[in-house]
Amino acid sequence: MVEVVDARGLSCPEPVLRTLEAIKALEKGELEIWVDNPTSRENVIRAAKSLGWEVVEIKELPDSFKVVIRKS
Amino acid sequence: MDYLKNLFATRWGIILVGAFIGVLAPLLQKLGNPPNMGICVACMERDIAGALGFHRVDVVQYMRPEIIGFVLGSFLSALLFKEYRPRGGSAPFIRFILGMFAMIGALTFLGCPWRTILRLAGGDLNAIFGLLGLIFGVFIGTIFFRMGYSLGRSQGFPYKAAGLGFPLLMLICLVLLLIDTPYPGTNKGEFLFFSIKGPGSQHAPIFISLLVGLFIGVLAQRSRFCTMGAFRDVILFKEFHLFSGVASFFLFALVTNLILGQFNLGFENQPIAHTMQLWNFLGMSLAGLCFALAGGCPGRQLFLSGEGDGDAAIFATGMIIGAAVAHNFGLAASPKGIGPHTPEAIILGFIICLAIGLTMRTKKA
Repeated sequence: MVEVVDARGLSCPEPVLRTLEAIKALEKGELEIWVDNPTSRENVIRAAKSLGWEVVEIKELPDSFKVVIRKS
Repeated sequence: MDYLKNLFATRWGIILVGAFIGVLAPLLQKLGNPPNMGICVACMERDIAGALGFHRVDVVQYMRPEIIGFVLGSFLSALLFKEYRPRGGSAPFIRFILGMFAMIGALTFLGCPWRTILRLAGGDLNAIFGLLGLIFGVFIGTIFFRMGYSLGRSQGFPYKAAGLGFPLLMLICLVLLLIDTPYPGTNKGEFLFFSIKGPGSQHAPIFISLLVGLFIGVLAQRSRFCTMGAFRDVILFKEFHLFSGVASFFLFALVTNLILGQFNLGFENQPIAHTMQLWNFLGMSLAGLCFALAGGCPGRQLFLSGEGDGDAAIFATGMIIGAAVAHNFGLAASPKGIGPHTPEAIILGFIICLAIGLTMRTKKA
């Protein structure tokens, strides 16, 4: 089961904070992050990569973005 | 990857944006803007409040085209790159209050984070205390974030027109500026006030200010430039992306000032500055805390407003009203020092921010 972080509608820096909290709790595996603006998408991707997580999917939906990251 | 389509959002992109701002702001000063105030979002919003008659301090009344340009440039950029998205509803009146106290804090120091950097780049060492205050205020904000602080989620609005309000307001302000002139020998036009002395009377030509504002509005919207976020992300995440843009801003402003002969190192007799360092520190601490709690520096709030973010527009409006309150109630500082009621306002601001930070928290499991 994939862990999901729903950061839609949240102001900076909450999307990154919630992503980092989830990363810390999970340690490895797959994480799905939902944001609703390009800035949060960029910030979350940058944060994930800085901790060695790989971005496996970025999907643009009508009102949001889904970012899937993974660490083996 | 798709997200790299926005080159300005990359590390070198934001450094380039910082460089542009660092060169253009001192140039605006050379062309007539007040000293060490080529761009100051707080001071310029205060001048706009004066132009609209919300306060009657006759030395700081002018409809600053830079602010208008920031919003409209960001708006045009967001439209062009399909990032215009009307949204809002995240504790708007709290954001209004935060905007008011951010301005009260900034007017105690006599500058926003942008002007803090420009004052430092102009040799004004009093700004060191402002910078330390800004960092301290942002640091307190990060503590609240770690405790679960959140103003809640915003919602997208179903109607595209819902995000047009603030850009339209800025456009109306621009039209007023272009059609109105002061009656001879007075500071009053048909609609607006125009300072005929003091910092409000010092300004670059309208179209140059507007063009620079538009240009920066575009760049800042693309790059997500944020002077408060720069320090927040270093403190919270040890992330230097936004900071690299701000560092570039400072370095290029410093070099440009040196070339233009606008560098004067020292504490005393600095332009539009005072030496009451405790209040320089506390003023920017309060401002920094408010910016942190609201999610962006005053420039960023304007750029977000251009994207259709109603919450950011309300924060910016709070800053304009806060400027009026600051000057009407004797809260604002001047080169002579703090105002008669500055200390009470700063203390009240910290109490309110503490209340906001502590009560607006999502429960941790």
